[in-house]
Amino acid sequence: MREVYLDYVATTPVLPEVLEAMLPYFRDAYGNVQSLHDWGDKAREAVEEARGKVADLIGGEAEEIIFTASGTESNNSAIKGLAMAQQSKGKHIVVSAIEHFSVLHSAKTLEKLGFEVTEVPVDKHGIVDPDKVARSLRKDTVLVSITHANNEVGTIEPIKEIAGVVKESGAIFHTDAVATAGTIPIDVRGLGVDALSLAGNQFYGPKGAGALWLKKGVRIIPFLDGGVQEEGRRAGTEDVPAIVGLGKAAELAKTGMGARAKHLSTLRDRLIAELPNRIEHVTVTGHPTRRLPGHASFCVEFIEGEAMLMLLNSQGIAVSSGSACTSRALKASHVLIAMGIPHEIAQGSLLFSFGLDSTVGDVDYVLETMPPIVDKLRQMSPLYAKFLKEQKGGKK
Amino acid sequence: MPVYNEKVMEHFMSPRNVGEIENADGVGEVGNPVCGDMMTFYIKVNDNHISDVKYKTFGCGAAIAVSSMVSEMAMGKTLEEAKKITPALVAKELKGLPKNKYHCSNLGAQALNKAIDNYLKKQGKAAKSQKGGKK
Repeated sequence: MREVYLDYVATTPVLPEVLEAMLPYFRDAYGNVQSLHDWGDKAREAVEEARGKVADLIGGEAEEIIFTASGTESNNSAIKGLAMAQQSKGKHIVVSAIEHFSVLHSAKTLEKLGFEVTEVPVDKHGIVDPDKVARSLRKDTVLVSITHANNEVGTIEPIKEIAGVVKESGAIFHTDAVATAGTIPIDVRGLGVDALSLAGNQFYGPKGAGALWLKKGVRIIPFLDGGVQEEGRRAGTEDVPAIVGLGKAAELAKTGMGARAKHLSTLRDRLIAELPNRIEHVTVTGHPTRRLPGHASFCVEFIEGEAMLMLLNSQGIAVSSGSACTSRALKASHVLIAMGIPHEIAQGSLLFSFGLDSTVGDVDYVLETMPPIVDKLRQMSPLYAKFLKEQKGGKK
Repeated sequence: MPVYNEKVMEHFMSPRNVGEIENADGVGEVGNPVCGDMMTFYIKVNDNHISDVKYKTFGCGAAIAVSSMVSEMAMGKTLEEAKKITPALVAKELKGLPKNKYHCSNLGAQALNKAIDNYLKKQGKAAKSQKGGKK
């Protein structure tokens, strides 16, 4: 059976060059970065080289990079650590309704600690309106966090415009760029942000390797207290192989970005154009043009996402769904609901994300495989039966 | 997918008794698309036995497997026996469900129960109107 992995948004594989770069730091150069002998020196040099590469990817300075163990850790550190560091100025923070849970739940934790949180709504395409951000700002707003792109619907936010309005207020501006860093060009100074999260496993680096870019001079309360690692901003023995892998992946992403994006958007556009032709009552979610290059998300009406995902899996196709049944909380995706998509339609959400190994043949395999799967589930669906009856009734 | 065991997967991949019964003797609908699952059960009753059972299900893999299992368990049973099909029994017959999917087994047993109640209610009414007719 053909095997087609179309869930690169969940994680990418590690490129062979990245793995090769990492291996010596497990076996030979296994020293602790903080040690003063040669073993420590070797590890330290590797970590500093990686720091430079990650900074290069986003137009930052090497000393502005704090290595973390994931995008989630970067977001937690930023939201909690930046808000805490500013709390003498105020206790109000602003986030969008479609942030990743590592941002939303961090904000919830701050609420319990006495902060107030405002959630800015999005439009039907998932776009955050800079004017709405401006209206949400108060005198005591100390932190604003808006995602660079949402990974469920692929919508790229107008971060530069939002940064403009936040800057006027004097609040710190963080963006979760986990879905975009390494995939689309980022220049932190051009964007005008103060802090930015990224994760290696989104661009062919290892899992367990993330970074928080923090503009020089911005204060943060460390998320992990302990030793002097990362200039005292993140304690814990450095995960040298992971950091080296992240650095190599960043280097490759920077040089390959244009060609990668071209390849990915060709596949994305083909699926987005064709799938609604092959299956009735399928809608594309997210923005028609402002979207991640390898990202195609849909809602298939009258059926549920997990069932589709499982039947696609049985045909060798791996995808994601934002349906209630795939979330532990058994709630439909907060992102789709925030975009005004009705619950019953949001249940049928399906997300295809392409990567370097994806081919036009993969798209065509999906286009062949999907219709009978949708048909099978619709034949079983009471909602579809009702729809057909109503349609018949209407025609009379 | 290791989330579900083989038995659940088998019912999900080849669900039994899918469909609607025209002029069913009893119909039971539970759930709604907001919560993610919705099931409609149809039964045909002959001589106090469930002679046919079909269903339509909107929902996840577990919801579909549960519907299929409930239909198999109910087929041919007397109404009294069928009423004794509990969510726990359905889950047991399926050799277990993931914790967060137990509510699906509740829905399946509930939908069948509702269909039986619907049949009994209709019978009651029919008996009443027959009585009324005799007057």
